[in-house]
Parts: sequence; structure tokens; C-alpha cells
Amino acid sequence: MINYASREINCKLVYYGPGLGGKTTNLEHVYGKVAPEQRGKMVSLATETERTLFFDFLPVDLGTIRGFKTRFHLYTVPGQVYYNASRKLILKGVDGVVFVADSQMERMEANVESMQNLYDNMSQYGYDLTKLPFVIQYNKRDLPNAAPIPELQEQLNPGWEVTDPAKQRVTPDSVNEGEFLISQVDGTWIERAPYMESIALKGEGVFETLRHAAKLVLKSMN
Amino acid sequence: MTGAGTWSLGESDYERINEHLTELLKECNARCALVVDRTGQLLANAGEELSFDPTVFASLTAADFSANDELAKMIGEPEFASLFHQGEKESMYLADVARRVILVVLFDKRTTVGLVRLRVKQTVQDLSALLDEMFSRAPGQADKGGPLDGADDEIDKLFGK
Repeated sequence: MINYASREINCKLVYYGPGLGGKTTNLEHVYGKVAPEQRGKMVSLATETERTLFFDFLPVDLGTIRGFKTRFHLYTVPGQVYYNASRKLILKGVDGVVFVADSQMERMEANVESMQNLYDNMSQYGYDLTKLPFVIQYNKRDLPNAAPIPELQEQLNPGWEVTDPAKQRVTPDSVNEGEFLISQVDGTWIERAPYMESIALKGEGVFETLRHAAKLVLKSMN
Repeated sequence: MTGAGTWSLGESDYERINEHLTELLKECNARCALVVDRTGQLLANAGEELSFDPTVFASLTAADFSANDELAKMIGEPEFASLFHQGEKESMYLADVARRVILVVLFDKRTTVGLVRLRVKQTVQDLSALLDEMFSRAPGQADKGGPLDGADDEIDKLFGK
């Protein structure tokens, strides 16, 4: 929402993904590293065992563009399957999505289920994930049982067909050298969501993901 | 603009919303009033200075309303158009406005929930009319060209290529 009176651009960025994947850890790291004057209070609606019940919320200022303060409202959703009703509510009015995948081999099924759930919930609001700023973060890259990136990409980010002729051109991935966001596969133009690797517990890749998603959101507004 | 929740609030509309809020506070003797959009962003507030973080308050308000909307559906109601949270000293009354924003009124013992509810009805009507006008208006100054039009380079500079 662009508020001309307060000279603010407010954007809603939702961290989605399976339970215990690191969504809250992402926000906690941002909260701990951003200067207090650039962030608001972090709110966690969690159970007594610190599992997200409804959402975590953290407002951060990411700088000023053309005299407008860019304020990002970061939300996480509860990852556990049975909290879908509250998870869906958080997606209302979303400007961008970060999917935090758990890289561990044995969490592949949970990742796929959560990704499917994201597509379903978005489409129920009439939002098209292929047209909205969307970034995938492969978290827990330091664990010995982390699946290789190509396998995660194949399962979680196989891409979608690009039908607009204007977009049918090879587009390099600015984050992962030698890879492409749009390319031709077996004669069909395919676009994939950009992805980042992270170890959220150590803070690695957290700000890179946030900055990348924020950039995509702001560019979608111009 | 492709963001699912993207819309603009112009300065004159902001001032008109504020006038309605100020009028409401005068009539019902409440402490302060806020207007929050359904995604949890604060649009305007009037009255006493807020002693809490308004951004967090706005996000919780929207979540509160959304959760109650779902509860309403579960018991066969299309919505709860208003909510009332009663505290020992401070209370709050929330009302839906045209399914777009939420009007929140904070009040204490200097007034009653009955008076607040009565006066809020008129403000909801006034704000509904204003919002209808805002959203049906031909693209105006606020929508013609956003502040980020052609700002790709500046965005890259701020966040890195």
C-alpha cells in the first residue's frame, strides 16, 4: 500500500513453508541484526512450546526510495499441516512470498505438501504465484542429510511454462551463477522462481533472501 | 501494479478519513480511533497519542478480524460486522467498513459501549461512501504514476543487483 500522506510504501512479505523449516528463525535473525530504529516490535503468536500458532510479525524499514520509506511487514505462517485455516488468512493481501524449504532429505515430502498447499491457498484468493514476487530459500544447507540442490529444484521448483512471447528469452539467474530463471527445456520456455541457499540459524542467506524478495516486490509496483 | 494488496492512499483522502475520525471521537468521547486495512496496515489514526506500536497493533487487528470472520462462517454467519473487546479499564470496538478496512475505537470509562456503537454506525457509513468513491474514481494523481515508476536503478542500488 502506498501511503502518500505518510510517504510510506508498505509491503507484505510472507514466509511460507513446512513446520520446523526455519521461517521464524529467519525473522528472529532479521530482528536481531537490524538497528532498533529500523524495525518495530516482533510479535509471535506461538504455543507454549514455541511453535507458531497463528503468525510471527516483524515490521522493518529497508531504506528510502524517492522520498518514500519502504516498510516491509514480514509474516510467517504456522507450518504444521492442521493450522491451514490460520495459514490461509495470513496470505490475504500478500505482496510477495518467500518459501522456506527444509533441505533435509526426509523433509522432502513435507516441503512438497507445503508448496502444494501454498499454490492452493493462493489460488483460492485469486492470486497467481507465477506472477507474484516469489523466492525459494533452501534452508539448513549445513546439515549432512541435506538433499542436493538439483533434487530440491526438481521437486519444488520445476518451473512453469512461459506463454508470453515477450518473456521468452534466456534470462540468467543473478544469484546462482551459470543457472537460468527463464530457459528453453525440450522446446518449451520455462520460468523458475529464484532460489537462495541458507543456514538461518547462523544467519547465512537470511538477508540475501530478504533483500532479493524485497527488490522483486518493489519492482512489481513500478 | 501486480502486488495482490497494492493500492494507494492519497493525501486528500487521508485528510478526509481523519476528519471523520475526529468527528467520531468528539461525538462519543472515545480516546482514539484507527483505520486499518484488511492486510494489517495502518491507514490513519486520530485522538490521543498512541502508547503502543501502531504497526503491530494494526497487524493484530486485521488478524483478529480475519480469524473472527472465519469463526462467523463456521457458525453460519456471513461475517461479524463488529467486535467488542472489554477490558477492566480500556475497551475496544472494531467495525468492518465496506469489507475493505476496519475501524477501531479505543475508549475508557468516560463513555459507554452503547454510545460508541451508535456513533460508529454513522462513521462506518461515511467511510464506506468515501472508500467506494476512492476505489471507483478514475485513476487520479495517486494512481497515475506510482513513486516507483522507472525506479529500477534506484531499487537495484538499495538492494544490490
